[in-house]
Amino acid sequence: MQVEEGEIFGFIGPNGAGKSTTIKLLMRLIFPTTGTARILGKSISDIEMHRDIGYLPEQPYFYDYLTAAELLDYFARIHDLTVADRKERVQKMLKKVGLETAGKIQLRKYSKGMLQRVGMAQAILHDPKLVILDEPMSGLDPVGRREVRDIILELKRDGKTVMFSTHILSDAEMLCDRVGVIVGGKLRGIGAPEQLVDMKTQGMEILFELAGQSTAPLLAKATRTGDRYRLQVPEQDLYGAIEQLRGAGAKILSVSQVRATLEEFFMDLVEADRAQAAAVEVSGK
Amino acid sequence: MKRTAVVALNTFREAVRDRVLYNLLFFALVMMAASIIAGQISIGIEETVIATLGLSAISLIGLLIAIFIGVGLVSKEMDRRTLYALLAKPVRRWEFLLGKFGGLILTLAVNTAAMGVGLFLTLIYVKPTLERGDATVFVAVYFIWLKLALVVALALLFSCFTTPLLAILFTAGIYIVGLYVQELRDLPVAVMSPGMTAFTKWLSYLLPNFENFNIMAMAAHSRPVPGALVAQNTLYAAVYCAIVLTGAVLVFSRRNLK
Repeated sequence: MQVEEGEIFGFIGPNGAGKSTTIKLLMRLIFPTTGTARILGKSISDIEMHRDIGYLPEQPYFYDYLTAAELLDYFARIHDLTVADRKERVQKMLKKVGLETAGKIQLRKYSKGMLQRVGMAQAILHDPKLVILDEPMSGLDPVGRREVRDIILELKRDGKTVMFSTHILSDAEMLCDRVGVIVGGKLRGIGAPEQLVDMKTQGMEILFELAGQSTAPLLAKATRTGDRYRLQVPEQDLYGAIEQLRGAGAKILSVSQVRATLEEFFMDLVEADRAQAAAVEVSGK
Repeated sequence: MKRTAVVALNTFREAVRDRVLYNLLFFALVMMAASIIAGQISIGIEETVIATLGLSAISLIGLLIAIFIGVGLVSKEMDRRTLYALLAKPVRRWEFLLGKFGGLILTLAVNTAAMGVGLFLTLIYVKPTLERGDATVFVAVYFIWLKLALVVALALLFSCFTTPLLAILFTAGIYIVGLYVQELRDLPVAVMSPGMTAFTKWLSYLLPNFENFNIMAMAAHSRPVPGALVAQNTLYAAVYCAIVLTGAVLVFSRRNLK
């Protein structure tokens, strides 16, 4: 798996798939039994390379005896920032994550969502080239999620590379240039969300209006809402179906491609994995 | 080394904010009670009683802090996952570990120094005139601090590979055995096999000799301490701490953080 410079890469998979484990390996929190990983062209064991990385752990927890401003200042010292830089960056980050008024409150009084924001702030405090976020939307309300999404998009605009794990597929679909799908510890698909779901184009949908009764056989397959009908047909049958409907007096309103969502693609992989696991279990017995 | 200092100062700040230094109030109460009781029950030996009681209190309070907080230095950070964000930054694990060690021994230095001053003031209060040997009480406090540094190093080592409860038991166990190292060396050879004699002798040199740091009797009787003993104890504590901390670093550097 490779994450390209300047892209937003989503790392998606069900709980227990290995997303956090992979990220922890990259962050040197756990050690691989085999294999290698490189970040920004350098080995992950190269400590100096970590200057250019920002990391938000899953469900972050920080020293609760510190205030948010003190925690950020502490991390800024670790990054060797000058006094002036520290002061400026800490205030800027608190503002960016919407905590400028709560910056002097001890973290023990913070809610889960506020801790997540502090976590986001410490990840981007030192202006890293690559930002790795483990479940950044977890525990956030819709406003918080929107803010995190905005920060991620802003990072991309600033030329940063962002890799984040999530199981909220709509977030991945909305934000990511590419996604990697991990199921059962194995990478099962990688590419742009639209490319992945294009593999499963499900045909065409015709939206039409029809007043009164008709005996056209196609109507039996359509879904009706008032006078409006929706009908899905295979791509090759599209023109024939339109002819038939017009012949029955229908007014065609729109024709659109039916595309599978990332969620459907994802669920197919998860179900295939479960079926395989069940088969192995049965043969094992 | 700068990052080690940053971690150390934060560890010190944690101890202060967690009200670890509140024990000084308890110590002040002990000293007040000791001076009142000594004045009533002992004529002419008040300072001996106060010095002995004061140094014992400093040692006991310091030991409780060194063992319980020492064991929690790393294990608490792992349990609460506070070190995840930190270790993903350009911080080497040994820098983190040394920083935690440095922070706690700094806390203990402030703590024992404050108690030492309190004890000295109490001695001045009960004693009409000061002698040169009265300063021995400060050397005794320094030796207690050296001993505590060694205890912290051991607590840190054990907490790197076992549960906090076991780490507390191991550290306390080694401390108690370490008080009787001399006795271990002097076991009667006649009643033991040659193999057993060699083993106990080897063990007695491997274990930290905590009794080396006990000069309570000298302090109680205001006897001056030879400079060689100060140098010897300082060197012993520094070398022993370095060895134990190296072990801790080796274990912690390979540890997976789940």
